[in-house]
Amino acid sequence: MSTMSAAELKKIAKVKKNRTAGDWLIIVLLAIGGVVMLFPFIVLCLNAFKTAADYNANGPLSWPTSFTLDGFIKFWTRVNFPEKVWNSIWTSGVVAICAVALSVFNSFALGIGRVKGRRWIILLIMLANMLPQEALLYPLYIMFKGIGLYNNPWSIVIIFTVIQSAFGTYLLSSVYGTFPKAILEAATIDGASRWKILKDIVFPISKPTLAVMLVFFFIWTWNDYMIPMAFLIDNSSQTVPIAIASLSGDRLMDVTTTASASLISIVPTLIFFLLFQRTLSNGITTGAVK
Amino acid sequence: MNAKTKKTKRPDESAMSRIPGSPSNRFWLYLVPGVAMLTWIIIVPGIWNIYLSFTNYRGIKPPVWAGLKNWARLMKDDTFWISFRNSIWMIVAMVVIPILLGLILSSLIFDVVQKKFGPKAASTMRAIYYFPQLLPIAIASLVMGWIFRAENGALNSVLKAIGLGSLQHDWLGKPDTALIFLMLIMVWIQVGYPLVIFMSGLQRVDPELYEAAGLDGANWWQRFLAITLPSIKPEIFVVALTCTIAALKVFAPVYMLTKGGPGTKTIVPSYYSYTQFFQVQQVGYGAAIATALTIVIIIVAIAFTNLQQKVEAEDGE
Repeated sequence: MSTMSAAELKKIAKVKKNRTAGDWLIIVLLAIGGVVMLFPFIVLCLNAFKTAADYNANGPLSWPTSFTLDGFIKFWTRVNFPEKVWNSIWTSGVVAICAVALSVFNSFALGIGRVKGRRWIILLIMLANMLPQEALLYPLYIMFKGIGLYNNPWSIVIIFTVIQSAFGTYLLSSVYGTFPKAILEAATIDGASRWKILKDIVFPISKPTLAVMLVFFFIWTWNDYMIPMAFLIDNSSQTVPIAIASLSGDRLMDVTTTASASLISIVPTLIFFLLFQRTLSNGITTGAVK
Repeated sequence: MNAKTKKTKRPDESAMSRIPGSPSNRFWLYLVPGVAMLTWIIIVPGIWNIYLSFTNYRGIKPPVWAGLKNWARLMKDDTFWISFRNSIWMIVAMVVIPILLGLILSSLIFDVVQKKFGPKAASTMRAIYYFPQLLPIAIASLVMGWIFRAENGALNSVLKAIGLGSLQHDWLGKPDTALIFLMLIMVWIQVGYPLVIFMSGLQRVDPELYEAAGLDGANWWQRFLAITLPSIKPEIFVVALTCTIAALKVFAPVYMLTKGGPGTKTIVPSYYSYTQFFQVQQVGYGAAIATALTIVIIIVAIAFTNLQQKVEAEDGE
């Protein structure tokens, strides 16, 4: 079912040539929608390479009269950009892996183990998603200060692991709830233990879903703003979004520098996304069916 | 082992896991790390926050018990009720519209683009619509604020260039347009999320179903209703619940684009409690707002999962 036969491929190729006027209309409309979606990005690119004087004279929509990298250089050196990128990669990477692992354990017990009261446990876990973050800040601040984790990158790793794994558990436990019973039955006939079933059967089969979760968790953690702002006060441990947000209050920064800064800040996420684009197409629930 | 399996298979199937011969209560061990961390990071601080909502606390001296004072004030506070009314608009902008758009876009991309223009075109389309989801909210807000701002903003520049200079406006700063433009920005940010999840759900629909429907002469809309919609029901639930929660606690875009203004035009509960927590240091009152918001979110979540279970039961799993 997963691999297409040559005959099927041929059939698709034949269908492809059969494009009607309606098909063309749809793709043109979708493309126009796409331009609207990308418009802010286009404006960003137009202005990131401009000089401040050019921007002031000709506004945000004109083609740059001269090409400059000043904005990038100014931002790069001012906030020590490589350091911020490394901080963000480290936090988001560790969170993504830990949160996926935690989601797998939780969902194994909830979706496959069907422990008693699972519905309420899932709701309880979802509290991590439901509680407004600002409600957590004062108590967590006091707690982390007490154990010396305040202003330590591990503090936000721990917080985000719990928050992201709540969504992961919600999604994955429903996927595991429909995990093919035949496969589990076959495994018990072989006499596999629960841990072995998780490690050798459930985990590998659900890898496509886990990959999608990994991408989501990485990007969500990378992009979050409030928690790193509250818990990381040292300049040297801050993440990329905070470096950017601090610019908008900085009067010494002109608009074109802000544009360059924004543009360069999304490059790492873009690279990550493009690398993992393919995992998205494998689907969030493919592990569950077939 | 096999003999044991047979013996434990009592009519009481609910105590059994999906692995034959493994009773459910053997799985508790796997929940220990998750529940322990949840207790530490969420449950204890959450209860602490409820306690703070019954106190006078300015963040420096220890909290003083104040009984129901904060809650009584909350009930009579117009700003609080306005913030919840705005939450409904945020649900329209972050849940209703993105899901409708996501359904249409994903089935068009899956059904038409993928089949007639190839998988490459389809994945490019998906990536484009997903793009705003990739942007840190700090950057998305920065760029959007800059496009819609009064002076020299991109939208106003376009209007001027095409001779409609008289229509120039402070889109996010004036009471008549602030909310609607904030909503537009939220639609723009959100739409990629349902799209990606719906498309991945569509992958598992048997293509032969579509083919058969096509042979029966079903048009796109009929196929959409009969095949697409029912097959991605689980995804629709996941997206609707997570987006509704996100809409109820939306904070960063409001904080960065409008600061709840002008006046209280775009204020939302999260932002309102944030100002009480960190700007006027009324921690007790901020905690009361945050607690009220949490209660609303929990009620919505329980209602959602109830509905989800009912639907799943009807589908006969």
